[in-house]
Amino acid sequence: MNLPVDKKKISIVCFSGDFDKMVAAFTVATGAAATNREVTMFFTFWGLNALKKKKGRVATGNSLMAKAFNFLMGGINNLPLSRLNFFGASSKLMTMMMKQHNVATLPELVEAAHALGIRIVACEMAMKILEVEQSDMIEEVESVVGVATFLNESENSHIIFI
Amino acid sequence: MKHFLDITRETCPMTFVKVKLQLAKMVAGEQLEVLLNAGEPLENVPASCEEQGYKVLSNEPTDNNKHLLLIEK
Repeated sequence: MNLPVDKKKISIVCFSGDFDKMVAAFTVATGAAATNREVTMFFTFWGLNALKKKKGRVATGNSLMAKAFNFLMGGINNLPLSRLNFFGASSKLMTMMMKQHNVATLPELVEAAHALGIRIVACEMAMKILEVEQSDMIEEVESVVGVATFLNESENSHIIFI
Repeated sequence: MKHFLDITRETCPMTFVKVKLQLAKMVAGEQLEVLLNAGEPLENVPASCEEQGYKVLSNEPTDNNKHLLLIEK
């Protein structure tokens, strides 16, 4: 991709699968992309749950352990709040509150991220551990990369870990 | 052709996002009027548009602490 030399770059490591932290990651990402920054979001470990094609609880994987982990974690509709989760009710309540205050919900932020052309990449190692294939993830996942590739591509970027 | 966008009910980051996506749909030379609130949107939307190479032709206060921006792509 040919970019102006002075274009600012931000790379966000989306490690947490918590609802509120994912909202924060997509808020920073979309705000940065809308203000002329090149943005890459690198999803690893629990963050991968936000990229699953199936948004609910599905026993993805081959081994019993991977199936159990993937089923219990679920997809983007099952992300828990990092505090006061109340067995999953809080993320739904929080979404209601966001709508009441005209704040973009997580699905709206994800849609905006795709519309803005934010680059979405997934961590090869975490996918291997959790037995998640690229075909299990949304089509916007541009590539599956290792940490060396991520770091090489993030040179001259601000890296934010969430 | 002149387009219009009201972002007074939006909050960060959708204020910038909606302006950016609307400008992306337009062709060079077209104009976009944006109604926005004072504060964060007023401080950052015009600056961000100029940084991206768009021209901010005018920035006029309207009623109720709002502003009307005219941007040319």
